[in-house]
Amino acid sequence: MGESPPASRQIRRIVLNQSKRAHVGHIGSALSIADIIAALYMNVLRIPDPDDPDRDRFVLSKGHAALAVYAALYLKGWLTEETLNTYCADASLLGAHPEHALRGVDFSTGSLGHGLSMGAGAALAARLQRSSRRAFVLVSDAECNEGSLWEAVMFAAHHRLSNLIAIIDLNGQQALGYTDHVLSLTPMGKRWRAFDWDVHEVDGHDVEVMTETIGGLDTTSGPPHVLIAHTVFGKGVSYMEGQIKWHYWPMSDEEYRQALKDIGATP
Amino acid sequence: MRGAFTKALVGLAEQDPRILLLTGDLGYMALEPFSDRFPGRFFNVGVAEQNMMGLATGLAEAGFIPFVYSIATFASLRAYEFTRNGPVLHRLPVRIVGVGGGFEYGHNGPTHYGLEDVGVMRVQPGITVIAPADHEQTRAAFLATWDLPGPVYYRLGKDDKTTVPGLRGRFELTRVQILREGVDLLMVAMGSAATEVASAAVTLADQGISCAVAVVACLNPAPVDDLGAILARFPLVLAVEAHYVVGGVGSLISEVVAERGLGCRVVRCGVRSTPDGISGSQAYLHRRHGLSSNTLVATALQELQVQRTAR
Repeated sequence: MGESPPASRQIRRIVLNQSKRAHVGHIGSALSIADIIAALYMNVLRIPDPDDPDRDRFVLSKGHAALAVYAALYLKGWLTEETLNTYCADASLLGAHPEHALRGVDFSTGSLGHGLSMGAGAALAARLQRSSRRAFVLVSDAECNEGSLWEAVMFAAHHRLSNLIAIIDLNGQQALGYTDHVLSLTPMGKRWRAFDWDVHEVDGHDVEVMTETIGGLDTTSGPPHVLIAHTVFGKGVSYMEGQIKWHYWPMSDEEYRQALKDIGATP
Repeated sequence: MRGAFTKALVGLAEQDPRILLLTGDLGYMALEPFSDRFPGRFFNVGVAEQNMMGLATGLAEAGFIPFVYSIATFASLRAYEFTRNGPVLHRLPVRIVGVGGGFEYGHNGPTHYGLEDVGVMRVQPGITVIAPADHEQTRAAFLATWDLPGPVYYRLGKDDKTTVPGLRGRFELTRVQILREGVDLLMVAMGSAATEVASAAVTLADQGISCAVAVVACLNPAPVDDLGAILARFPLVLAVEAHYVVGGVGSLISEVVAERGLGCRVVRCGVRSTPDGISGSQAYLHRRHGLSSNTLVATALQELQVQRTAR
């Protein structure tokens, strides 16, 4: 993988800035999906305007990484810097989990295992309305612990919802440990394939590869699609990568300076 | 009631293409009028209530009015968090149809009883909660609420024959329906318990006791003004429901009495303990839990005696 494209780096920088300003955690999760979010918002999602009824729908089912989405909304010009700076402040719509009342957020999430069924409903709605729009759902690997997710997996496969694209942020970690130690789902791809999904294993930090892979999907017929995006938790910040504590932990001043240096940004 | 619902739904679906029907693999010999007429708008999603609610949320966001159908306890409880975080938080027009509130699935045992569905739904300010007393009121309630902007929970019975005397198919949001006037005490019924209550009032009248009867079919938004006005006229009210005594119409009445500082004493007639494994017919279970006409008469007489002694 070459140098991070500008959008990914900007998302990481915003994630670090805002997490430090608000003194909150969930940093590692947001960094894990920074490149997936960059690929989606910069290259993939067809959203002429966040209020366009025929826009692609996006569900951040792993809602605790919402800051990466706020960063993308800001980069797209749908969120002002002033509003972005209210992240986790009193009276803000920008909580640690996304809220649909915020322009640009299609569905509120935060309770894991909910997003894929809403995304399947969005995909079914598009089919019934004879629209070519698509529904994208970003789930975490640990979220696949939830039985309700598999209800949606079965439904989407049975109804051949080819316009539904799930992306799994396979970083191998969850709140209290490593996924293989807590409740193993390895090999993930085999499980989704067994449910008749079209499975693609990708580098979840390679924006180009993810963009090309999604561009090559048949979203008009056939099975639903899943990208198993192999990622590194805390990607880009040396001391966060693969470390459980950065699911919750906020940064100290020194850690913040180091994090910015790691991603090639200046304070 | 569910026959009245399906018939009305088919009629509306003819006019409004936004209407869809989803079922969690239930509704044999009930939903066919819809599924036969609109096969492309009917989805048996399988035995998966959570996904059904998530799907309905995604469909409603795109402009549809999805009705989701299951037995009351599964419709309300299994998918509860998906209801809260879905149509309630998103303020979307999903309609949840729970069939068989109370003891309607008597012989099927406690897993099939709907004894807290109204309670758990009523705590959410953002959902309209409707529990009609008979099939005529079901039709009226349905026609008055099917196109509300937010979510609706309907607690429907399976009985499409019985009508509650004096109700005459009336329904209005945030209103109470008075079935019978009286002066000695008031009985307020929710859902199919209204039939037992109406019958008890006739028996009491034969014994010289004048019992007023009211039905609360709209639990949320609650008919607080109507309840406040009528409760102020009586020293004693019996709240009657095939539901736990916490959360349903007895709780609602107690809230109104307390908040308005009324002097009316509230006796909650409902289910007070966890089912002990004993099942039986609906009529048997109503008797067992003090909800049959005869047991309600006995309770009314006893509570009137308590009232007189206290004076």
